[in-house]
Amino acid sequence: MSIRYVIRRILFLFLVIWVAATIIFFIPRLSTRNPVRQRLAELARTGGFAPGDIETMVASYNQKFGLDKPLLEQYFDYIGGLAQGDLGVSLHKYPRTVIELIMDAIPWTLALLLVTTILSFIIGNLLGAVAAWPRAPGWLRTFATPFVLLQGIPPVLMGVLLLFFIAFRLKALPLGSAYSTGVIPNWSLSFALDLLAHQILPALALILGSVGGWVLSMRGMGVTIHGEDYVNFAEHKGLGPTTIFRDYYLRNTLLPQVTGLVLALTTVVTSGIVVEQIFALPGIGTTLNQAIQNNDFLTIYGIVLFITIAVATLMVAVEFIYPLLDPRVRHT
Amino acid sequence: MDTMLNVAAKESDIGQATKPVLELENLRVSYYTDAGRAIALDGVDLTLMAGEKLGLVGESGSGKSTMALAMMRMIKPPGRIEEGRVIVDDTDLTALSEQDMLRARLSKISYIPQGAMNSLNPVLRVGAQLMDAMKAHVPDMPKDEMQAHCIRSLESVDLKANVFKMFPHELSGGMKQRVCIAIGILLKPKVIIADEPTSALDVVTQRQVMETIDRVQKQIGATVILIGHDMGLMAQFVDKVAVMYTGRFMEISPVRDMFLKPAHPYAQALIRSLPNLENKGVFQGIPGIAPSLLSLPGGCAFHPRCPFVMDICREQRPPFETFQENRQVACYLYTEKARS
Ligand SMILES: Nc1ncnc2c1ncn2[C@@H]1O[C@H](COP(=O)(O)OP(=O)(O)OP(=O)(O)O)[C@@H](O)[C@H]1O
Ligand code: SF4
Ligand SMILES: [Mg+2]
Repeated sequence: MSIRYVIRRILFLFLVIWVAATIIFFIPRLSTRNPVRQRLAELARTGGFAPGDIETMVASYNQKFGLDKPLLEQYFDYIGGLAQGDLGVSLHKYPRTVIELIMDAIPWTLALLLVTTILSFIIGNLLGAVAAWPRAPGWLRTFATPFVLLQGIPPVLMGVLLLFFIAFRLKALPLGSAYSTGVIPNWSLSFALDLLAHQILPALALILGSVGGWVLSMRGMGVTIHGEDYVNFAEHKGLGPTTIFRDYYLRNTLLPQVTGLVLALTTVVTSGIVVEQIFALPGIGTTLNQAIQNNDFLTIYGIVLFITIAVATLMVAVEFIYPLLDPRVRHT
Repeated sequence: MDTMLNVAAKESDIGQATKPVLELENLRVSYYTDAGRAIALDGVDLTLMAGEKLGLVGESGSGKSTMALAMMRMIKPPGRIEEGRVIVDDTDLTALSEQDMLRARLSKISYIPQGAMNSLNPVLRVGAQLMDAMKAHVPDMPKDEMQAHCIRSLESVDLKANVFKMFPHELSGGMKQRVCIAIGILLKPKVIIADEPTSALDVVTQRQVMETIDRVQKQIGATVILIGHDMGLMAQFVDKVAVMYTGRFMEISPVRDMFLKPAHPYAQALIRSLPNLENKGVFQGIPGIAPSLLSLPGGCAFHPRCPFVMDICREQRPPFETFQENRQVACYLYTEKARS
């Protein structure tokens, strides 16, 4: 992998981020709606202060957010802020900044999505590989089938079904939220267990929804690899089934499957957002949802931009590890 | 290493006089397809002495690879070894447990594959693919000794030591084939089967690879079965030629006899179809087409295409018998003569 390649990819990443940021900046400003006015009008409706004040407040807010400046100047301020990690100020939770809101939410989302994505990737690929492996015992090979069937169920429905049957009917696990109400977060084991119990169903919803996809793609891949000459020759060498399975079979499906993982990233993020909603968990999805309900446009745009940057960065990062997975991939 | 190899060669010289290293007894393999049962190997008998080199020829689908795979016990469903024994060096491979058969591969009998282009794992270094074989067979050997042994094996097939660290995609076709040979001889097997080892290579490389096989064969004193279509190339490297048709041997003769006076009508047709100076390379086919294994003609499988067909040929299968010293044939022309 040449330095030139790395630099090129990183420049490209910045280009993608810049284009996304520009689109996110201009689209709302092309409409005639003024988010500040809308927000204040809403406050007036619910809070009941005189409409006369609104105009002065709009003016002062516009000045505060720099919305009275010429568009181009606003744009440069915005890009400049972005470069320093500034996504603006929340309209709803003023004076908190959007980046603060994101940073509060991101550990929850990251923990849930990271764990479930990795788990379902591993489980799905192993089950799929076994399902395609002619030497695997029959019962093990059919083990994957239920996951394939479940995979057709969208995460929303999966979440609701789990909630209804396991939390509501069986009362086996909590109904939602990050931890039991009335408990104050602390560093005790009982709190950790409580936290974990609340994460099981959402995690299950995400895993059950995605394992089947990995099973299917891995099984398809495995079947073709099984016919490969190098697998045959490995058997002629007298290698045991475990070595062949690991080094000749799994190893060769890794590159295409990791590519699949990159392509699935956006789906992972969207189903994560949905599942957070259903289970009333803190996280990016919930923050986004609150922002939408409160017409907190700056926060909405900030989160969308943040997700875009995160996914794009991950994609480039994964590309850098391709040569480790397959020596034939050479970045030049 | 050299002395080790010389000892092996001397032992094999002694062995040659005394007893066979490879014996196939009535080996039968069928593939059960949707269209029915195809008997791809129909009761084959073969005996080879230590260091002997047999060329196996026959048109596509005649069962050459099936025979090789059956000897390795690598026939996969829908195929099945239905009968017969494969005896290598006093061990009946067909009687071994699955576990023992794993150990027998490469150490008693090894197979150099037809598709050398894709026979190496693209994501593992060449060295790793020699080392995993060593680890599977001699797990107790120290790592550095293993590595030294693998590198010697690479060098013995004219590859440089640095190939050990290379990936398959960095090698040419000829080099990949050499790596396969190096793996095949890693544990000095008694029997080496090379299935069209040069089919994907250019003419010059073909020759060099054949010479390499020839040389390592002499070094380790192995018995070799060389499968191929190129009879011209083969003639220079083998002692005997076996002609196969519809999963049966038609004739086995010393290479000279096979080329100068082939006995079986099918072998005669094969030899005649070879390009030479007289026919100026004009291809002479064998009249008729090879029968489907699903509906073999009764009696001699070659009778619909045979110019010498007799009544008995349609009714009974001719036995595969010795008709001259060192020559066996399955044809009534010779048994009748012998009787009359
Ligand atoms: N997996 C399989 N399933 C069904 N039939 C098979 C299978 N493998 C081989 N056969 C049949 O067995 C017969 C012998 O095949 P084999 O591969 O041994 O021929 P071959 O002499 O090696 O031919 P080639 O010169 O093309 O390599 C063929 O008729 C083929 O159709
Ligand atoms: S047995 Fe009969 S049909 Fe078969 S090759 Fe000999 S002469 Fe021809
Ligand atoms: Mg073949």
